[in-house]
Amino acid sequence: MGRIDRIAEPWGTRTPYGSGETWPVRVDTHLAEGVDAESVDCWVQTASILHSNGDAMDIAVKDNRMVGVRGRASDRVNHGRLGPKDLYGWQANSSPDRLTRPLIREGGKLVETDWETAMDRVVARSKALLAEQGPSALGFYTTGQLFAEEYYTLGTIAHGGIGTNHVDGNTRLCTATAAEALKESFGCDGQPGSYTDVDHADVIALYGHNVAETQTVLWTRMLDRLAGPNPPKIICVDPRLTEVARAATVHLAPRPGTNVALMNAILHHIIANGWVDQDYIQAHTVGFQDLEKEAAKYPPALAAEITGVPAGKIEEAAQILGHAERLLSTVLQGFYQSNQGTAAAVQVNNINIIRGMLGKPGCGILQMNGQPTAENTRECGADGDLAAFRNWSNDAHIKDLARVWNVDPMSIPHYSPPTHLMQMMRYAEDGSIRMLWVSGTNPAVSLPELRRIRSILAQDRLFLVVQDIFLTETAQLADVVLPAATWGEKTGTFTNADRTVHLSEKAVDPPGEARPDLDIFIDYAHRMGLKDKDGEPLVKWDSPESAFEAWKECTRGRPCDYTGITYGKLRGGSGIQWPCNEENPDGTERIYADGKFWAHPEYCETYGRDLITGAPVDPTEYKALNPEGRAIIKAAEYVPPHELPSQEFPLQLITGRTLFHFHTRTKTARAPELQAAAPDVWVEVSAHDAGTYGFAEGDLAEVATPRGSVQAKVRIGGIRDGVVFLPFHYGYWDTPGRHEPDGAGRAANELTITEWDAASKQPIFKTAAARISKVRSGDGPAPAPTNTASAPAGDFPAEARTRGIPSALADEEIPGQGTHGPADGNGGSGTDEREAQL
Amino acid sequence: MKLGLVLEQLHRDEDDLAQHLLRVSERHKVDHEIYHLARDLAKWSQQHVREIAAIAGRYGRELDPEPKGENTLLEKIREKGSELVGRDAEAGLLLLRDLREAYIKACGVSADWELVAQAAQGIKHMDLLEVAQRCHAQNLRQMKWANGKLKESATQILVS
Repeated sequence: MGRIDRIAEPWGTRTPYGSGETWPVRVDTHLAEGVDAESVDCWVQTASILHSNGDAMDIAVKDNRMVGVRGRASDRVNHGRLGPKDLYGWQANSSPDRLTRPLIREGGKLVETDWETAMDRVVARSKALLAEQGPSALGFYTTGQLFAEEYYTLGTIAHGGIGTNHVDGNTRLCTATAAEALKESFGCDGQPGSYTDVDHADVIALYGHNVAETQTVLWTRMLDRLAGPNPPKIICVDPRLTEVARAATVHLAPRPGTNVALMNAILHHIIANGWVDQDYIQAHTVGFQDLEKEAAKYPPALAAEITGVPAGKIEEAAQILGHAERLLSTVLQGFYQSNQGTAAAVQVNNINIIRGMLGKPGCGILQMNGQPTAENTRECGADGDLAAFRNWSNDAHIKDLARVWNVDPMSIPHYSPPTHLMQMMRYAEDGSIRMLWVSGTNPAVSLPELRRIRSILAQDRLFLVVQDIFLTETAQLADVVLPAATWGEKTGTFTNADRTVHLSEKAVDPPGEARPDLDIFIDYAHRMGLKDKDGEPLVKWDSPESAFEAWKECTRGRPCDYTGITYGKLRGGSGIQWPCNEENPDGTERIYADGKFWAHPEYCETYGRDLITGAPVDPTEYKALNPEGRAIIKAAEYVPPHELPSQEFPLQLITGRTLFHFHTRTKTARAPELQAAAPDVWVEVSAHDAGTYGFAEGDLAEVATPRGSVQAKVRIGGIRDGVVFLPFHYGYWDTPGRHEPDGAGRAANELTITEWDAASKQPIFKTAAARISKVRSGDGPAPAPTNTASAPAGDFPAEARTRGIPSALADEEIPGQGTHGPADGNGGSGTDEREAQL
Repeated sequence: MKLGLVLEQLHRDEDDLAQHLLRVSERHKVDHEIYHLARDLAKWSQQHVREIAAIAGRYGRELDPEPKGENTLLEKIREKGSELVGRDAEAGLLLLRDLREAYIKACGVSADWELVAQAAQGIKHMDLLEVAQRCHAQNLRQMKWANGKLKESATQILVS
């Protein structure tokens, strides 16, 4: 057993392996001070809730308290490994400032009350609004962090009971484009690839996907391939010098907002050289001619001018992609949250499609997401889709869903696509949504253009209900606050980015009167008297397991078929990938094998949208284009970002995540090891731009856009010239302003633009024109991590490099290799040295 | 040959559609998707105006290659106005009116392009046919956008 500082070494020790081999096990454990594994009362099964990778773990419980976590060696996703957020994040559960009682607004102030009073108030307002205006007055905004059972219940209540079209999740901010890109290319959501494709791939291409920080364990898997025999080539598209970029064979750093031009040029070079699988294209796809025509307009030399990436590099990347035998492509926010998100992500799909690289080991696409349970928000109908990937514009699907819920089809709103979040905010702004119920998310920090968002949420005429575990910035604006239980305090299932379903069991009781989200939703349904068409309660389940059984029935025969999964089957072993049913009792590792898709007009989830205008494709048009349900190759022209640099705002601002935090830090800031690793906001600039503006490392700068300004210390790093980066985690709950700036702004979203992709409706966080100026000289380095994409570019004091506080030491156990250190030559730096650093 | 007349009409209609889309954009700045998309789609029509003018000479028509510009001062006033009425539900009705108008104008342009394409096939003028096919395809996307937005926006505005 080795001890290692997992803040200084976020990916831990290497366990190299070769192509086609099984990824070795490494079990990571972190226990509270003074607790050892033998003294733990019990280990309770779950998976990680602070990112989307779905790392399976057990929670250590002692005296009805969480005392640590340990990775599950038998699980297909992580083979025992855990990331830093998993190792330390659990401590937030027992934070003393958890919400323990409901709150209601009295005389302008939030005061404690009991559940009866709080729920009465919510129900009374709901009923009054339904009587006065109807369902269009009510909106529900949920998250990517509840469980499948809870989303399904919420979706059933909102779509089937209240009858409102206004249901979405904060998955709109993180995964809407992943879903839309899959729908556009394959007619249906559903991740084509599997994490095991990493074990086989000879080329891994990561598009705007800083996997080293967003899914650390998936990156660990890639690092272990890179450290082994016959390592894969890595292609990285990212304007920052991320850890992925450092490891890449080719790193392309385009100007923000130009991804479609870049992708079209790559496709141009691949097609022009004939590196395509004509048989596959002929047999399994439609639309290739359109792509040929469009890509022909983007020779690498032209794209070089648009993107700022040298033509030679574009050709080099295309050559590697064009010669790959097993190509794994992954995509994340660098594409999704940028200009033309869906169009760019679809072009990634196109590369795998025209090369016939789908559904085979190593040949996959991972359109990733950022949140642990985002996939369930998508499946369960809580994110602007209908349950189990049913098609809102297919009457037969509506009829079928009405059968499952035993309601009249007309009571399920399907006259237009479900309302997306940014439109819901607009309706709240124009006063037509008058009650908004926010569960498990923090729009007052996470949405673009915060001044506008705060002014919408703070309106007297909007009745705001917030269901959360802490008094977030959003909760402070609420009329009613409902204290919720979280991970480890309730039971349910959730599904990661490669379709792996995990069971997460209750380990300890929630604090005070906090209740599981499932119980809160069911209580609301009963108090509202929501009934099916026979007068029976609409929500017929009363526990996580009965909710899961109901959800399974809803998925029967649909792509995300859960009917072969039970809680019993999920207990003990590994997570299971859907579809899991009678035909696939052990789940399905890769979908779309043999060129079979879920795109048939009668079966598909959507008929798609125009990638530029967002206009829905008419059903008849889709049937004519794709009668047999093949993969759809969709081309798109490059359209420049709407907000381009100007004299006044000469730079481009992008925002993003750091390895050590999640979202608005509600949990990670309450884990001392994580908070110490990235304690405050910073701004990254290139060495060249630092010279232009006269910045030294650690100087205080003001970053401004037409919408506001933020002050942050300068990190001089490896970012593209002309681009500045702000992490989006830092809001106001731990500042004097509490929910808004008190003086200078700190939240990156003070600056971002209100704009979204027309097809996926995902906001554009990564293309805003900005300026930067010096406020004053600094007295030390910026509070940015040094072992991530924010690593300093030049000389840097060794003592200021990122390392853990003493409690950050975690255990690593590699079977057959009791301890490990510098001598074992596995490519990791030694534990001895690391311990010495502490 | 009456083709020149049709091209002149089309030139006017495309210009008119571009102007209308710009007005829609200005008037609904607080509806951000409409603001941005209407401007982008206006550019398509402005490009069509240039292409029609470039080819119309061969059919005896001298047409202005420059689409009518925007009145920037007026635009700013409209945008400000949009921000001021942005919290008024009545602005929704104006939005439906404007989208309906955009849809109808785009339909008219579509019919014009069909006439041009028919004529071009009749006289076997392949370059004119190519222009017609390319521009008409974009015009149909403008039409579907306006129609889609109209459907998507109608319910909330009309029942709230």
